[in-house]
Amino acid sequence: MALQYYGDLNSQPCRSVYIFLKKNNIPFEFKEVRLFMGEQYSEQFQKLNPLRKVPVIKDGDFVLSESVSILKYLAGKYQTPDHWYPGDLQRRARVNEYLDWQHSGLRPQASRVFLLKGMVPFISGSPGPSAGAMEAVEELTQSVEKFHQKFLQDKPYVAGADISLADLVAIVELMQPLGGGHDPLDGSAPLTAWRERVKKAIGRELFDEVHGPVLNTQQSLESISQKQPELLDAMKKMLFKGGK
Amino acid sequence: MASRLPLRVYYDLLSQPCRAVLIFLKCTGIPHVEKPVALRKGEQTSAEFTKLNPMQKVPVIVDNGFVLTESVAILKYLATKYDVPQFWYPADLHKRAKVDEYMAWQHANVRFHAAKVFILEVLMPHMSGQPVNKDKLDKALAELSITLDKLECMYLKNQPFLCGEEITLGDILAICELMQPLGANRDILKDRPKLVAWKDRVKTFVGKPFDEVHSFVFNLRDKAKL
Repeated sequence: MALQYYGDLNSQPCRSVYIFLKKNNIPFEFKEVRLFMGEQYSEQFQKLNPLRKVPVIKDGDFVLSESVSILKYLAGKYQTPDHWYPGDLQRRARVNEYLDWQHSGLRPQASRVFLLKGMVPFISGSPGPSAGAMEAVEELTQSVEKFHQKFLQDKPYVAGADISLADLVAIVELMQPLGGGHDPLDGSAPLTAWRERVKKAIGRELFDEVHGPVLNTQQSLESISQKQPELLDAMKKMLFKGGK
Repeated sequence: MASRLPLRVYYDLLSQPCRAVLIFLKCTGIPHVEKPVALRKGEQTSAEFTKLNPMQKVPVIVDNGFVLTESVAILKYLATKYDVPQFWYPADLHKRAKVDEYMAWQHANVRFHAAKVFILEVLMPHMSGQPVNKDKLDKALAELSITLDKLECMYLKNQPFLCGEEITLGDILAICELMQPLGANRDILKDRPKLVAWKDRVKTFVGKPFDEVHSFVFNLRDKAKL
């Protein structure tokens, strides 16, 4: 039986795994879990992953969550080209160093800008910048600066001459704020050059296909508000439950 | 090789990820030189340390010229490079993936929420001189409790250790994070017998290094008791 992949391309970690599967021609069955529809809360999905998060893979009886560990597992099992997750200890450590830092160093900051600029204005019904959006953009700018100064520096890719899991995981996060109309790499020639390089290495067609949903976030939300307004209410409750 | 320098580890015992790296080094007997960096004195902002790590964070290791940050990457590097027992970071693909799964999840979950409680209860009042913000602390404790529920049902389940039958890098990372709130004399595990049993299992296995490395946290706790 082919590998089963549970995901939603609106989610950054889902995109990195999807790109890796497709780019390496790993056969898989795509089981879409539509986050805007709340499908991650279904009883069936909860049995698979009690944490109700995507992506998840199911390889026979082996179930695995967490995109970073899924990517490493796939690289190992399918013996993908070395540059993705190098066998050389120090080069691998460099890739790991980025993959570990980004959980708290870039992912939350990019997600927050997407949330505050892309989702909250629509869901709350008040267009225009939401509270905290400016600070969120400033924090993301600082994260991007750290990415540049510490991890990419003036190399073509994070691990050196070739693309690796580090670039893949970075790029999907840095695309997310575009769903809220914010380009985190705007104004940086070296970083936009890196983005182009990564797009080319992945393949433009695959890259654009995978990023279609997030770039069309506003249209998706519009469509939901027309066809299933109760879902917007549910999203509102979820987003604002934390309180002020 | 005569020119080979011993591994250097830059750390502060106040920092949970530093403690995990030190516990691992001490448990496995990997020869190393300890270079303390006093965070409360701002030593991580010195020109010398900034040259080593522009992010001004600990832990950092230097292995014969190779500089590496990020405790999870460091632990994986050490477990792979040195001749340590297999169970820490198993070679078997499935078992290793389960350890990677925990180490990825914990950044935004166990680490984030346990650290927040400590920051609100100990660090911020200490640095600002202001009393603890009770509302924020209550909220952080509630979120930590949810995270501990997830830890029990998703990872520990009915296993002896977080990632399976044997101790792994995941367990030492987790235990160092969960010890942090103790610095305010707060035992976050006391009403959770499964996690208490797990903690005792890990402590017993680690042995002496556990208490050595947590001496700073115990001192903070004793001060808080007064």
